[in-house]
This record gives sequence, structure tokens and C-alpha cells, in this order.
Amino acid sequence: MNGIHDMGGMQDMGPIQIERNEPVFHANWERRIFALFNAVDFQWPALRFQIESIPPADYLRMSYYERWAAALGPLVTQAGMVTQTEIDTGRAVGPANKKWHVLSAVEIATWNVPEAPASSKPTAGARFHSGQRVRARNINPPSHTRLPRYARGKVGTIERDGGIEAVQDTDVLGPKQQHVYCVRFTARDLWGERANRLDSVCVAIWEGYLEPV
Amino acid sequence: MTTTRRELLAAALTAAAGAAATSDPSHAQEHDHDHDHDHEHQALPPDPALRVKALESILVAKGLVDPVALDALIDTYEHKVGPRNGARVVARAWTDGAFKQRLLTDGTAAVAELGYGGDPMIVVENTAKLHNLVVCTLCSCYPWPVLGLPPVWYKSAAYRSRSVIDPRGVLREFGLELGDDVEVRAWDSTADLRYLVLPERPPGTDGMNEEQLAGLVTRDAMVGVAKVTLPRKESHG
Repeated sequence: MNGIHDMGGMQDMGPIQIERNEPVFHANWERRIFALFNAVDFQWPALRFQIESIPPADYLRMSYYERWAAALGPLVTQAGMVTQTEIDTGRAVGPANKKWHVLSAVEIATWNVPEAPASSKPTAGARFHSGQRVRARNINPPSHTRLPRYARGKVGTIERDGGIEAVQDTDVLGPKQQHVYCVRFTARDLWGERANRLDSVCVAIWEGYLEPV
Repeated sequence: MTTTRRELLAAALTAAAGAAATSDPSHAQEHDHDHDHDHEHQALPPDPALRVKALESILVAKGLVDPVALDALIDTYEHKVGPRNGARVVARAWTDGAFKQRLLTDGTAAVAELGYGGDPMIVVENTAKLHNLVVCTLCSCYPWPVLGLPPVWYKSAAYRSRSVIDPRGVLREFGLELGDDVEVRAWDSTADLRYLVLPERPPGTDGMNEEQLAGLVTRDAMVGVAKVTLPRKESHG
């Protein structure tokens, strides 16, 4: 979806506000929504798309965790996890559907533990190789996509193969598991002649969004 | 304080019950209107704390989230996982050439040697001629296992938008001025790959051990918006 979240290349968002000695959370409700968002049984693409669906003016006005707070309600009601009436009244009407997985503290303890054997994902069967020139397809799906607008239609060079990963887009092109590549675009190809001739941007792009040049 | 939401909800329920109890059809429209109006406001709550509390209450009441898991999540990312992890990785790379090579070739495996995992990692090295910085233009993807949760500026529209089109201007705002002969490379975290910058080891640190070096490494240097520097005054002279 060509939404406000796809910000790469905009120039009018003001100076960067840097907070010294910033705490991890700024209010207790931020802790709670952080935990809830991570605990509910949804994958990140679904969570991200719900955030991307916040109307643009609201999206820009809200803080980061306010977006999470605004997104979680519609997410759980649209999925049938709880009803709006249940949220409003605080009273459960009927039992929860057993299809939802309830995250446990034991599972969380494994999140940051490396898999054995830990290594980058397999690289066999790659369509492209390092150094190859590729073009990011010009696509504009109205659904969730991870191909940013500024890279679409642009030609870059495969910097490295990041291995095979699950495609996150709702509107999958090709298989669900694809190679993802770091594709390096020169700043001049992306932004024109005013950019420094040495500079570049590496974008992680799934194979289905690339075509040989 | 905790009664505020209950009072509000109780008042709303009473009003709704009153509207529903009147069988006069002329009220039906009014009730529908109130209902829609109510939902519009729920998209933009005046107080996110109330909204989050309501969501947590019902999700816990229905057994869809485990309150023990919520506390574990907060404790993990507020107290246990943070940039000290990444600093250990950097210090090891500065003192162990073979590890550094493995780190740059297969970041996931090398970071796992120090006990950190969970995300596929790519580690990119800053040199005198190449400066890398990390951004997520689409949301706020960040290498949690080695850096913890991102600061507000990393998630801000200003950083997300300009890091790819004007990285030198962004770095200047962080106090870092780079020459035109240095390549600036921005890494946009648009997939599940997570990036960590291996900063340059500062001069004058030859006598320092791994732990002392780790103490110098900042979060900002590992995102690529700063260099690692020595503190202005060394207490041990």
C-alpha cells in the first residue's frame, strides 16, 4: 500500500529530536502495549499492516506506541479474537477460540537464544548472484508490501544474498519462501545528480520483486 | 485513577441502555449515530493509557494473553536485552581478527557464538573510506537481540525519511561530519535481515582489554550515527 508509512526519501519531516539518556519506555502504558503487541497471536506483517492502515494525519500525529495502541483494537476485533463490546465493557462474552496461541514466559526466554546450528539461512537455488545488476519491479499493491516506493523501477546491484526468508507481503509474488537480497542502489540513481557520487542505499528485497537487467 | 475508565464506561453503558430501552423508533437513528460516533473516537483515544488498559483487561480475561508473559516481555526488553550485547560483539571483533572475519561473513553465526540470536544478522564494517548507517524507512525494524529496543529518534518520521536521501545531513544532526571522499551507505531494513554496524576502533586504545573496549561502544555507533570515541578525561591518566 502506498501509505504514509513508506517515508523513505521525504524531506519535510523536520529535524531529528535526540533525547539524551533516553529510557526504554516513557510511560507505563507503553510497557503494556509493547508487551500486548508482542504477546498476541499475530505475525509482524499483520501487525505492521494494521499500523499502516491508520489514516495518515493520525499516523503522523501519533507517537510510535500510540500507533500500536490504536492498531491493536481493530486487529483483535477484526480477527474475531474479542468483540468491541467486550473491550468496551471489560466483560468476556463466551470463551476464547482455542485456535489462538497463548504466548508463555518460557517461550519468551528462548527468543534471543541462538538456534543450533546458528547460521545464515541456506543460499542454494538463488536466481541472482552478488554483483549482478537487477531492477526492482514497479509494483503498487494496495496490500502490505515491503518494497519501498523509492526503490521501485530502479536498477541496482546485488550486494549480498541474505538467504531464504518467508515473504511478508500479503500479496505474494511467487513462492512463500524466497531469497532475499541486499540490493545496492547508487544515491544518484535514486535521487539524481545532487547526491554524492559515492553514496548508496542497500535495500533488502525478495527475489520475486527483482528482475534481471 | 483506576476508577476513571469504569466510571466512563458505566456512564456510556447507562446511556446506551437508556436508548435501547426506549422502543420509540425515532431513537434508533440517534442510537446508531452515537454508536458510530463512539467508534470514530476509539480510533483516536484522548488517553492511550485507558485504551491499552481496556485491551489488556479483556485479552487477559479471555485467556488470550498470559499476564506472566507480559511481565516477562517487559522485563526482558527493559532490563536484560540492550546495546551492551552489541558492544560485546564489537569489542570481540576488535580484539579477535578471526572472529571479526566470521562476523562480517556470517553475522548470525558469529553473534550466536556470544549467545545472542533470534534475528538473521548482517554486520557491516565502518572504515576510513566507508560509513554505514542503519534505518527502517517502512516501520522501525531494529536488531533487538544485540541493541534492545530502538530509541524514539530511530522510529521518528524525520530519521526514517531522510536517512536514505540525505544521510550526510542526518549524520550532521548527530554531530558527525563526513568528508566527500567517504562513501556513505544506508541499509534499509525492509526484510527480516537485521543490521549491526561494526564501528572503527578508535586510536589510542591499544592497551585496552575487551571489556574496557566494550565500555566505549555506544548504541549510536552501532546504528551508524556516531563514531566510537575515547572519553575526554581518562581517570587512570
